[in-house]
Amino acid sequence: MAFAGRRDVPEPPDFGILKRLARDQLIYLLEQLPGKKDLFIEADLMSPLDRIANVSILKQHEVDKLYKVDSRPALSTSDQFCFLVRPRIKTMRYIADIVNADKMSGRSRKYKIIFSPQKFYACEMVLEEEGVFGDVTCDEWSFYLLPLDEDIISMELPEFFRDYFLEGDHRWINSIARALQLLNSLYGPFGKAYGIGRCAKMSYELWRDLEEESEGDGQGRRPEIGNIFLMDRDTDYVTALCSQVVYEGLVDDTFRIKCGSVDFGPDVTSSDKSIKVLLNAQDKVFSQIRNEHFSSVFGFLSQKSRNLQAQYDRRRGMDIKQMKNFVSQELKGLKQEHRLLSLHIGACESIMKKKTKQDFQEMIKAEHSLLEGFDIRESTSFIEEHIDRQVSPIESLRLMCLLSITENGLVPKDYRSLKTQYLQSYGPEHLLTFHNLKRIGLLTEQSAGETLTAVESRVSKLVTDRAAGKITDAFNSLARRSNFRAISKKLGLIPRVDGEYDLKMPRDMAYVFSGAYIPLSCKIIEQVLERRGWLGLEEVVRLLNGNEFSVSDSSVEDNPAWESQRIVLAVFLGGCTFSEIAALRFLGKERGCKFIFLTTAITSSARMMEAMIEAKA
Amino acid sequence: MSRARADEEEYWHSSKFRAFTFDDEDDELSQLKESKRAVNSLRDIVDDDDDDLERVSWSGEPVGSISWSIKETASSSTSSLESRDSSLQKGSSSYAAFPKQVSSYSLSSLFKGRNRLPSFQSLSDALSDTGVKNYAPELRRPKAEYKDYSSDWSPKDTVRRMQRGKICSLERFRSLQDKLVLLDEAVAGHDGNVITAVLIFLKRTLRREILFRELEVRQVALCHLIHFLKETGEQKLLLDLLRFLDRTEEVALSQYREHLNIQDVEKRREFLKGCIGLPFSAEDTSHIQDHYTLLERQIIIEANDRHLEMAGQSEIFRKYPRKASILNMPLVTTLFYSCFYHYTEAEGTFSSPTNLKKTFKIPDKQYVLTALAARAKLRAWDDVDALFTTKNWLGYTKKKAPIGFHRVVEILQRNNAPVQVLQEYVRLVEDVETRLNLATKYKCHDVVIETYRDLKDRIQLTAYKCKVERGSAEEEKINSVLNNTQIRWKN
Repeated sequence: MAFAGRRDVPEPPDFGILKRLARDQLIYLLEQLPGKKDLFIEADLMSPLDRIANVSILKQHEVDKLYKVDSRPALSTSDQFCFLVRPRIKTMRYIADIVNADKMSGRSRKYKIIFSPQKFYACEMVLEEEGVFGDVTCDEWSFYLLPLDEDIISMELPEFFRDYFLEGDHRWINSIARALQLLNSLYGPFGKAYGIGRCAKMSYELWRDLEEESEGDGQGRRPEIGNIFLMDRDTDYVTALCSQVVYEGLVDDTFRIKCGSVDFGPDVTSSDKSIKVLLNAQDKVFSQIRNEHFSSVFGFLSQKSRNLQAQYDRRRGMDIKQMKNFVSQELKGLKQEHRLLSLHIGACESIMKKKTKQDFQEMIKAEHSLLEGFDIRESTSFIEEHIDRQVSPIESLRLMCLLSITENGLVPKDYRSLKTQYLQSYGPEHLLTFHNLKRIGLLTEQSAGETLTAVESRVSKLVTDRAAGKITDAFNSLARRSNFRAISKKLGLIPRVDGEYDLKMPRDMAYVFSGAYIPLSCKIIEQVLERRGWLGLEEVVRLLNGNEFSVSDSSVEDNPAWESQRIVLAVFLGGCTFSEIAALRFLGKERGCKFIFLTTAITSSARMMEAMIEAKA
Repeated sequence: MSRARADEEEYWHSSKFRAFTFDDEDDELSQLKESKRAVNSLRDIVDDDDDDLERVSWSGEPVGSISWSIKETASSSTSSLESRDSSLQKGSSSYAAFPKQVSSYSLSSLFKGRNRLPSFQSLSDALSDTGVKNYAPELRRPKAEYKDYSSDWSPKDTVRRMQRGKICSLERFRSLQDKLVLLDEAVAGHDGNVITAVLIFLKRTLRREILFRELEVRQVALCHLIHFLKETGEQKLLLDLLRFLDRTEEVALSQYREHLNIQDVEKRREFLKGCIGLPFSAEDTSHIQDHYTLLERQIIIEANDRHLEMAGQSEIFRKYPRKASILNMPLVTTLFYSCFYHYTEAEGTFSSPTNLKKTFKIPDKQYVLTALAARAKLRAWDDVDALFTTKNWLGYTKKKAPIGFHRVVEILQRNNAPVQVLQEYVRLVEDVETRLNLATKYKCHDVVIETYRDLKDRIQLTAYKCKVERGSAEEEKINSVLNNTQIRWKN
């Protein structure tokens, strides 16, 4: 796909069908257990389920009572239990306990477990061990894809990040491959596939494998999505670790957007209740500010409220008939807008209050220094003070990781001292957190590894790229070196700007970080799409530890006139942030193409850090 | 320090980021406030009667309230529920507020009108004709149909079948050779679920030393087994495996991790004592030692203070009853606690701040920050003063701090320190710009006046006159400075 000047951005395909498919399958599965039944739902599945079905649909299919799966024993008189769960060992034990307790008390019931999105053999093993295999029936609900917005599809698998990148477990790769298969069959065939990262490569291979079997029913079909780009989260941790300053990212960092909706508390609603708001393209106010830098949002909101005021003011001097018209035709829309406007103004205020309290200004400054690589000493002492003041455990971790990744690890002296102070401020058990961060490569200590690099680069000069990639893999089992500084230089991630960066009229994707940094992940996508491959990016690829690919399917007709050629499915394995989404939406507008986001989950620095903390069993 | 400050100033003033600051006296915020006022003034016209904001999803359908409904069952089905559920209820979002929707959902309507895609046509045609029953089995076929025990699938086919969720018997892979080929195929197939399934089989049919030995050269499979053992909680086998692999540090961490599951503090303390001897790195050993010592101290302090509090004879505990127990809190929190309740105690007692500082080698910076926060909270300004006062050998006193004085000011201000206290520290802020900002913000008039005087900035000083009260001592001071003929004003 070439970026040939500005063109109209194509419309995204309709993803509503994905919801209907998921809902239908669930209904089918529920009907497999005819009669009244109680439904136990895993907490993590509740919000996704809310987005595709509602209570009355469940009731229509004879679901009597709804429970949350947790450690409390169930007290119910129903004859049939249905469990809607993620495939987890812990949940299996919970279910087995219920079944065994019933057996002990001589109660007979029917039990059905519906795994979403798929069943794991390890789960069946637990059921077998607990002696309830055969007492329960198992099914799979292939609910892989939840459309969160017109251009965002989430797999709602936040645990993917820890399972794959920390534990090295490939359990979700099959789910990803199947998700791709489903999208390909509905909106493909994808003519062009690009990717970088080990997981991207494996997922791609497994998906092709599945496709081969299904005897390409989509051949000769006109696709709706022409390109796909897969990327591992560990290709770019830096972007995910930066403080977000576009509105949607800030709302996520401040209030946590969950499954496309957010709970605005009393401080936002200026009343005593909280309000749950869906944040998407349907929200007329939000859709206009979501991608904006926070500083541009105020102006927009005040303009908007002035307009609204003016529209209301038109009432004055209306005669009865006009008034009637006004009330019947415009009032509802205005009311809706008013409601949204006051919510977002409230949210802005609350964000400002929180950020002012936490020295946000200073923090952003420290982050920018880290990204640009100057005043490292000063940033390090900023982080130290942040820790000493017990500000926020998660923020402190995030800043340390950012320091580590941009500097290719901490100097041993700093590592020790920051770690000690961290343990003193937030609790000694974080020793385990540090161990995890080291394993995943987010927070490391510079050490003998430095000499390895020399060997590495010498070796890679001698042998071909591919072999060098393997050698690099061997050197770093899971954790990889980030080489951020070199990559940043090669790709020009720090814009050199004379004068002021106009955040209201951004010139590049750097606006999502106040003009200080172009998100690496998005830059890679831009470069590869522009070049229709990795040609000319060899050095960058080497610094990113390889595993890149670019495949065009020769059997797919390649008609440049098709809109699908300008639609790109960007797949983030391990999560993608709202800042990245905003940056690529911006790029799309500039280049006349449309990005559709498929992610294992929406992520943020806080979610990533939290995933590294050990919880009690 | 002042160098750094100046850099910072320069950074913000010169650079591209100037357009936006998170300062609360900013134009933007007032703009925001104005918008808010405007919008709020409309509120009486637009009362919140009928808006369905939170019910509409982007597909236009009412999004129902499954989460809400679960909360309902949780709180209504049994009366013996703990408070956790009622708190769920309490923190209710407006989900609780809207009524259950009766949707006009019908199965056959689902696929009507969706004939856009050729590939889809066949599927949806079939659907609208026969309803969901015929179509759904396409999506999901009972796996049992595929059961195949007699087969002699190759390892590769076995893995492929398993990847597709079909049940395959692994029993016929009996030779070590066969087992390993199967495992390697599973790894090559990239599906972790299958890799784990094969590992479960291998674990059951191989002696552990042999399994371990083979996994040592198969890193991907090894990761899967380790993760599996962590999840199933087979701690003993996990430790054996890690020991076999000589990953001693992980052995230690994995054992240490168990303390998270021990609730009882005495047991936890005993357990931590046992952890000290584990093969941690030298650095971590001292952290573990500290963890143990800290909990030991906390148990002693907790017992003492609970007693003191109950007896009701200690004034500090009467005045400021403890909100939570100090057990299992981080060191810094413990230090804060001891600075709050036990500040004046002699170094000999376990609960004295100095003792804690010494035992855990708390850096000065950390200590001062914490002590300052604690004493400021109690409004013990003399203690605050003493914290920063040093005497030199001639007996002169001087104020010194291991942290920037702007931080000191910030902490004092947050604890509502009076202006007299505050301005003493504002005066000590080295960077002139920051000092002026803080002084103006917190109305430390004397500092502002002195600073402008030192800067010989007559214009600013004159301008400041309108910010102080008419006829006040400050105004007089400004006048006397302005009339001082000794000063050579720069403007």
